[in-house]
Amino acid sequence: MIHRTLINRPLVNLLAFTGGFVIMSVELLGGRMLAPYFGSSVYVWGSIITVFMASLSVGYLLGGQLSMRWVSLRVFASVFLIGSITLYPLSLAAESAMAWVFDTIVDPRYGSLTASLILFVVPTVILGIISPYSVRLLVGSAEESGRVAGTLYFVSTLGSAMGTLMTSFYFVLWFEINDVIRGLSGVLLLASIAAFVAAGRSGSRPQEEAQRS
Amino acid sequence: MTRWYWLGITLAALMILTSVSRSADAKIVHRERSLYSTVLVNKTDNILCLAFSIKRDQRNQSCIDTRAPRDMVFSYTRMMMATLLFNPEPRRVLVIGLGGGTLPSAIAELYPDVIIDAVEIDSAVVEVARNFFNYRPHPGTSVTVADGRLFVKRRASLRARQEVQKDPGYDLVLLDAFNGDYIPEHMMTREFLTELRSIMSDDGILAANTFALSDLYHHESATYASVFGQFHNFRLPETGNRVIITGKDDLPNPVALADRAAELDTRLSRYGIFLTDYLELIEGEQDWKTDARVLTDQYSPANLLQGAPR
Repeated sequence: MIHRTLINRPLVNLLAFTGGFVIMSVELLGGRMLAPYFGSSVYVWGSIITVFMASLSVGYLLGGQLSMRWVSLRVFASVFLIGSITLYPLSLAAESAMAWVFDTIVDPRYGSLTASLILFVVPTVILGIISPYSVRLLVGSAEESGRVAGTLYFVSTLGSAMGTLMTSFYFVLWFEINDVIRGLSGVLLLASIAAFVAAGRSGSRPQEEAQRS
Repeated sequence: MTRWYWLGITLAALMILTSVSRSADAKIVHRERSLYSTVLVNKTDNILCLAFSIKRDQRNQSCIDTRAPRDMVFSYTRMMMATLLFNPEPRRVLVIGLGGGTLPSAIAELYPDVIIDAVEIDSAVVEVARNFFNYRPHPGTSVTVADGRLFVKRRASLRARQEVQKDPGYDLVLLDAFNGDYIPEHMMTREFLTELRSIMSDDGILAANTFALSDLYHHESATYASVFGQFHNFRLPETGNRVIITGKDDLPNPVALADRAAELDTRLSRYGIFLTDYLELIEGEQDWKTDARVLTDQYSPANLLQGAPR
């Protein structure tokens, strides 16, 4: 159980918080991105929430599978890095993607659903990997698994709550949508760097330990 | 014993509160929950009103006097009609936000040959206009149930793709989509106004019924100025509304406006509109903070800005 002392518990929790924050912030911005092309009716929100929920569910599955093969902070850090990289294009290409969908599909219900699929599936699936993978990193024994998972749900959902609040109350008042997206991508990059640094410090032993357990 | 005593007092207090908050003689004739709000039709004596109850205080959107249906009860509808000063012979009109149908009815009556496209997001409002406000679109009117922004964007997109522009565009646009409780933020941005401008004719005039009271005033003004350059503000002293009047071309000078007012006055007086009185209330001067941030699709916190006092 050496890896439990070496894995930086507060860091993993903080990263799970960050993941939750980014997911909900992007979801809220999604509604504002789609509005000029598809309106802001209940079905536009329906499209966005459907796509986010479905993508997260796929991400959870992938995260669980991933944790069966490789367990290390480096892999965890890579997930944040890929999340950062796949989120960034939203700030560059979302407009042209939505314009294309708008010209192709007349019904705003299917238009908003298609646009949500194009824009949000990839980054949201990636971000969905974080939660189950965090559980694997922190659980040392069956007895404590419920408590560890509970704490992780707590921090990541609290992160989601804060992401929603900060975005809807302040970010949209202070910044342009694309700047917030770039900022969130930057935050994921920082999170990734932090995890890589922590992985470097704890060395490679914990991975071997973890694989054995 | 005391528990029953307090329960009694609470119940009595609740009954008094609810009876006070209900307005004395407004009778609800129709109530319908739609996709967007609860649509209410209420009647006080002979005044029939359409209201949206999103919050507890329902604000009347559109009212008619059943004894004199032409009389425009609301000052803002009269203000919107004053736009005819800037374009006295409209041929193609776009109305965004139907309400009780007051504006398109009056325009169709004044100009029987006019073509009107009326866009309303809520099909329940269209039904209520027909069933309770006796709105009957004239043969040149088509009513579309759609989000105003999407209608305009679709038109703009079609128009841009046509190589030969047969469609001369709208020469009068009446934007009446803001109900004071919640602003559709995607209809108050530079991109929206640019799309709207692109489907107007070269001498097209736009009138927007909007706000005068909050921080949003400065941002909205800066946004209109960024797309149309100059515009006129039309405010009646007693209201929190303003009507922005602007156009693609230069707006007519005061002398020309006064001439037109004299011409149109008799035609509009039967709607309770007295143009010559309005003239001095239409101002072209710039009284907003010019450094206010322009609203765009990327930055459109209109509802948050409206919360801040001007």
